[in-house]
This record gives sequence, C-alpha cells and structure tokens, in this order.
Amino acid sequence: MSQTTTAPHDTHHDTHYPGGITRWLTTTNHKEIGSMYLIFALIMFFVGGAMILAVRAELFQPGLQLMQPEFFNQLIGIHALIMIFAALMPAATGFANWQIPLMIGAPDMALPRINNLGFWLLPPAAILLTLPFLLAVFGIGDGALNTGWTMYAPLSVQGGIGVDFAIFSIHILGISSILGSINVIVTIFNLRAPGMTMMKLPIFAWGWLITAFLLIATIPVLAGAVTMLLTDRHFGTHFFNAAGGGDPILFQHLFWFFGHPEVYILLLPLWGLMPHVLATFSRKPIYGYKAQVYSFIAIGLLSVVVWAHHFFTAGLPVGALLYFMYSTMAISLPLAVLFFCWIATMWKGAMTFETPMLFAQGFIIMFGVAGLTGLVLADVAADAQYHHSYFVIAHFHFALFAGGIMGVMTGVYYWLPKWTGHMYDEKLGKLHFWLTVISFNLTFMPQFFVGLAGMPRRIPDYALQFTEFNAISTVGSFILGFSQLIFAWVIYKCIKGGEKAEGRVWEGADGLEWELSSPPPLHSWNTPPVVK
Amino acid sequence: MAHTEAVGHDPHYYVPQPSIYPFILAGGLFLLALGFILFMNNYGAGSWTMIGGAGVILTVLYRWFGKVIFESQSGSYRDWEDKSFRYGMIWFIASEVAFFAAFFGALFYLRNISVPDLLGMLPAHGVTLYPDYKDLSWPASGAGPAALSFTPMGAWGLPAINTALLLTSGATITWAHWALLKNNRKQLNLGLLLTIVLGVLFLSLQAYEYHHAYNELGLTMGAGVYGATFFMLTGFHGFHVTLGAIMLMVVYGRCLSGHFTAERHFAFEGVAWYWHFVDVVWLGLFVFVYWL
Repeated sequence: MSQTTTAPHDTHHDTHYPGGITRWLTTTNHKEIGSMYLIFALIMFFVGGAMILAVRAELFQPGLQLMQPEFFNQLIGIHALIMIFAALMPAATGFANWQIPLMIGAPDMALPRINNLGFWLLPPAAILLTLPFLLAVFGIGDGALNTGWTMYAPLSVQGGIGVDFAIFSIHILGISSILGSINVIVTIFNLRAPGMTMMKLPIFAWGWLITAFLLIATIPVLAGAVTMLLTDRHFGTHFFNAAGGGDPILFQHLFWFFGHPEVYILLLPLWGLMPHVLATFSRKPIYGYKAQVYSFIAIGLLSVVVWAHHFFTAGLPVGALLYFMYSTMAISLPLAVLFFCWIATMWKGAMTFETPMLFAQGFIIMFGVAGLTGLVLADVAADAQYHHSYFVIAHFHFALFAGGIMGVMTGVYYWLPKWTGHMYDEKLGKLHFWLTVISFNLTFMPQFFVGLAGMPRRIPDYALQFTEFNAISTVGSFILGFSQLIFAWVIYKCIKGGEKAEGRVWEGADGLEWELSSPPPLHSWNTPPVVK
Repeated sequence: MAHTEAVGHDPHYYVPQPSIYPFILAGGLFLLALGFILFMNNYGAGSWTMIGGAGVILTVLYRWFGKVIFESQSGSYRDWEDKSFRYGMIWFIASEVAFFAAFFGALFYLRNISVPDLLGMLPAHGVTLYPDYKDLSWPASGAGPAALSFTPMGAWGLPAINTALLLTSGATITWAHWALLKNNRKQLNLGLLLTIVLGVLFLSLQAYEYHHAYNELGLTMGAGVYGATFFMLTGFHGFHVTLGAIMLMVVYGRCLSGHFTAERHFAFEGVAWYWHFVDVVWLGLFVFVYWL
C-alpha cells in the first residue's frame, strides 16, 4: 500500500556519516554497535580481572597482607558483577549484533536506534558500579557494594551507599539487556532471509533466541527484587524483614529466579556458537541440529524452575529440597544431548586445530568438568558440605570462565578474520590458548580441593592448612591474567593488519555470513538473499 | 542453505540515520539514577541532579518520538517495519508482565509462607513464636509480629468502582479501534477521549485512596508486608496507568491531527495493547490485593 510513496526509505546511499567520536555515539549500524559491545567487554574483562588479581594476591598467604576485609568484600562482589554484566553479556551481545544479521541475511538489527541505546546504557551502568570506590577516596560513602554480587538481605539492607549504586547499575544494565533481547527476537522473527524457516536458522541464532526469551522473563524479576531491596533500605517496607512479616529468604528466591537462568543466558549463545566451530574444523555438517535446538528449548524451560538449588542450606521444606534436586538433575539430560552432538559432529571428521578449534576443545572438556561438579552440587545431602565453599567457586569458574570466557574467545578467533578482513597471528593465538588453559586449571583445580577440605568462600583469611593450594592458585591466576594481554595484542594486531582474509575464511565453513567479503561492507544484505 | 540469489524488486528495510538521541537518553538516565542515589543518602546535590536527568530524559524522548512520528508520517515505514514494531511491543509488554510477576510472587510468598511461618501456623513447627499475636488471618496478620495497627483496604468501595472504570476504558478503546478500522474519525476521537477521561478518573481515585490509607486507615508502606505489597503493587500499577494515559494523550493528539489510517496505525494499537495490559494487571490486583 505504501509502494507508491516517494519518501526515501533506503537512506544508505545518501547518508552522511558524522566523523570521529560522534560517529560512534550516533551509529545505528549493527556492525559498529557490535564492535563497541566487544571492545567494551574486553576493557571490562581487564577491569574485573585486575580486581580479582588483587583478591588472589591477598589470598596468596593466610593472614591479612594487602587490604582490609571491607575492601576485599567490595572487590569480590564488583568483580562478579563486572564479569557477568559488563564482560560476558556484552561480549555475547556483540556477537549477536555482528553475526545474527550476517547469518540470517538481514540488512541490520530490526530496531537500530534501540540497539544503539542498548549499548550506550552500559558505560553509565559500569560507572555507577565502580564510582563508589572513587567517592570513598574523597570521603563520600564507605565504598562499593560489599555484600558479594548476590546482595543477600539483610546484609544488603544494612549496607552503605554502594548498595544503592549497585541497585541502579543493575536497573540500567537490565534495561540494556531487555532492549537487546527485544532486538534479537524481532530480528530473528521478522528479518530472516526469504526461505529461511525457523528450522533452517543458524544454530547460533537459536541459542541467542532462547537467551533473549530468558532475559525477558527473568531480568524484570531481578529488577523487582532490587526495587524491594531499595524500598526496604529507604522507604520503610518490610519485604525482607521478619519484624514486619517479611523474610530474607524471599530475596534469595527472587534473586535466584533470575540468577539461575542467568547462567544459561551467559552460556546459550556460546552453545549456539560451538556447533558452527566444530563443524567448520571437522569439515562435516552439524550433527543433530534438531536435537540441539530442542535441547536449547528444554534447558531454557527447565532453567526457570530450578532456582532454589542455590540455597539448599537456607532452610527449605524437605519437599522443596527434593523437587529442586530432581529438577536440577533433569537439566543434565538435555545438556548431555548437546555434549554428544558436539562429539558426534567431530566424529571421523577431517579435523584441524586452528586456535578457535583449540578453544572449542578446551571449552568442551572443561565445561564438562563444570557440568559434572554441578551434578554433585545439585545433590541436597552432598551440598551441605560443598555449599559456600571454594568448591562452588571452582565449579562456577569452570562453567563461566571455561564455558563462558573461553567460549567467547572461541567466537572471537573464529570470526575476527571475518570482522577485520585480516587473519590473526596463529602462533600467538595458540600460545594464548595453551597459557590460558594451563593457568586456568592451575588456578581453579586446587580450589576444588580446598573447598572439599572446608575452606569457605568470600573470606580474606584462611586456616594454615590451605596455604599451599592457595599459593598455587594465586600463581596460576597471575599467569592467567597476564596471558590475556596476548589476547588483546592479537586482536590489536589483527585490526591493524595482517594477511588478507578471504570471504570464506575457513575452508569448512558453511552459512550466509561466509558469502560476504571479509570484512563485509558496512551495509550487508541490503537486498536479502534467498535461501533454498 | 548456502545457495543465494538476488531478489528482483526493492525490498529494502528502513535503517534509520545515525542518531544522537540514544546516547543522550543514556546520559539522562545516568543523571537520574545518580541523583536519586545521592538524594536518598541525603547529599544536597541529589535532587538537582535528578531534576536535570529527568529534564534530559523528557526532552530527548519528546524529540525522539517526534522524529519517529515524522518518519511514520513521511512513509518510511511499510508492512515489514510495522511488523518489527508489533513484535517489539509484544515482547516489551512480556517483560512488564515479568516485572509485575515478581511483586505478585512476593505477595504470594509473604502471605502463604513467610507470615504463617513466622506466626507458627505451619504444622511442621507446632510452636507459636508470637503467642500475643491475636489475628492470624490475612490481611490483619500482614503487619507481622511487630504489629502496627492499621485497617486493611476494603475491596467493595473505591477499588470496585476503579475496576469498573478501567474495564469500561478497555471497552472504549476497543470501540475507538473499531472506529479507526471503519475510518469513522468522530467515533475514534470520542472513544479515545473517553478512555483518557476514565484513566485520569481512575488515577484521581487512586490518589484519594492513598490519602485515605495514610491519613485515616494507618495503612502505610511501613505497615508490615501487607502495606509493603499493597503500595508497591498498586503504586507500580498506578505508575504504568500514568504512562499509558500519557501515551493515550499523544495518540489522541495525533488522531486529532489526522494521523493513522485504517491500515497503518501501529502507535494506536501498541498503546491499546499496553492499556489492556494495565487493565489485566489491575484485575489481578483487585482479586489478590483487595478482595481475597
């Protein structure tokens, strides 16, 4: 009906792009926004990493050496929030921005200005999160959030101004996530190339689609929880205060209703990425596409009904304990389907081990460790021993560093030549992989043992018997941290130059994104391809 | 999957020009949040920072929506873009549902688990923690062990009238939508105006109810978990009705200017969906907060 309109609906050719910094502030282009997300994630990865190196330095020996316990508490909580909300999630959103339109033949994300807003909400949120450190130096307040990232009441109700900063940082991060999720869903539903049915959708897009649904279902619940926290702190309500009929455990329910799906929010985009990488470097098609998609859906559904396994020891009725134990263990079934599909994709393939493939192998093996240790944590009886110990720390770092960060690195090495038009330095990439994987295990493997032996998390001091393993862990963490400088250097070098990358960067790669040049033109798929 | 070919006709999707509005909006939100934090912690600069942030947000939203309306009127959006807006609105409302679900969930938890548990009503305990506490039935028990005396809000006074008002407004906006589809502009404008009047009337009665609660019933945000859930649920609902009423006014203004056709009226429909959403939330409130 509007075909007769004379208004310019294709503005690509007559657009005058502002130059310099204004271009980045105003861009509506999915590739530029994707790059901003990824660079922001990398910067915050180093910020969060520096914080935890300070923590590990303190834990090198028993006793207090470097900092007061109050400051230690602030560092661990802000480290977690930064790594989750300002490093991993933006990295995954950066992938979505760059790749989903390329992979599904869309001209851009469906709502480009909203997309830009989604990114530009992140720096204010990161500033709010870390500003209290600075304010404390000038005598305003007593530092950043000091409750750990979970912000459990009543500690957080009693905490200082840092809790308020964290609450509003979470609100703004949440708005950003929801806007990003809406964009992903709308793009996948409405902007697929003609002929690309949902069951022809690249599996990476499927992973992100389920992530987006989970974000829309759970981020607002977190927003509600921290809002109740805020009113308990400043406006006299008693949501988490027994004196008025409230219950601190209500906060735990609300927090983990968000917090558990959050784990899958961090991981699903990377589970979507893995099959592409494995298929490419095994020179075989993805094995069990449908099984993996259905597993994503099953995991998405299960993830919102298992939250209480994060606080088995809080004092829940036995019926609830049993239910949450069995439902948690049920997640291992669709997850096992994914693992077997990944292995079957490689089975008898013509495999080569370029850096992305190395990271994918590391991901599968160490994320497997995370899954198996998660299974014992899900056991109510065993959890009483493991709960709040370093065993939990080791478990979720196997999930979120080996599964999360190394998954992101897989994607970065896999797509970097596509984005920059240059091949990265393969030798340095491999060096980065081996240093990362060895030092990661050096850091976190000992934590399983000190955890089993009873070392509690979130305490700046520990009993003498844990000294050796903590020293090993600290040495490992410093190697791990400084190895990441190689990563930054490889990326910088690759952006600056290097061997020209072809359109189809990897010989075994399949999909629409590889039919574009490397780097793709600023506006790609202006005319949608037809998928047969 | 890898075989592609170019399509003959011109199916370009509208990708807007670079825009500074998102960046400024993010800055406004930052100022608003920072100001609110400082204000709550009694730092002098807080309220002014808040006002500054709110001013930035309102200005940029006015300009941004103005630009979108201009783009819409100049024919930049066709069926393809229209569908994106519809999907976007649906999932935005879904996130709002999840937000209210958190507060309803808190209400159910506090009422059915936390309060009975504290009062020793759960059979597993068999011990009454607070023997002096007489009235164990909700809502009186919602004050918790540190009982403040308050009178709960009855369902069949103002709340029932408010229910009727909102339900009627849901009908009038649908009536207006039918008119738009039949290109009956007079009925469209009348239906929208009625909806706005009913919405404002609802908000006025809510404001009166709050006044009544605080001054005559002793029902405050601090009146135990009954007061907390009552004010947070009805408060956030009222805030959403306010937003909905403002959006309705914008749409009404656009209708008066002759915007929207029977075929192309996403803004009207999106706001109508939003209005129905706050309507449904109210029904939940009426049943679970006021009535039962």
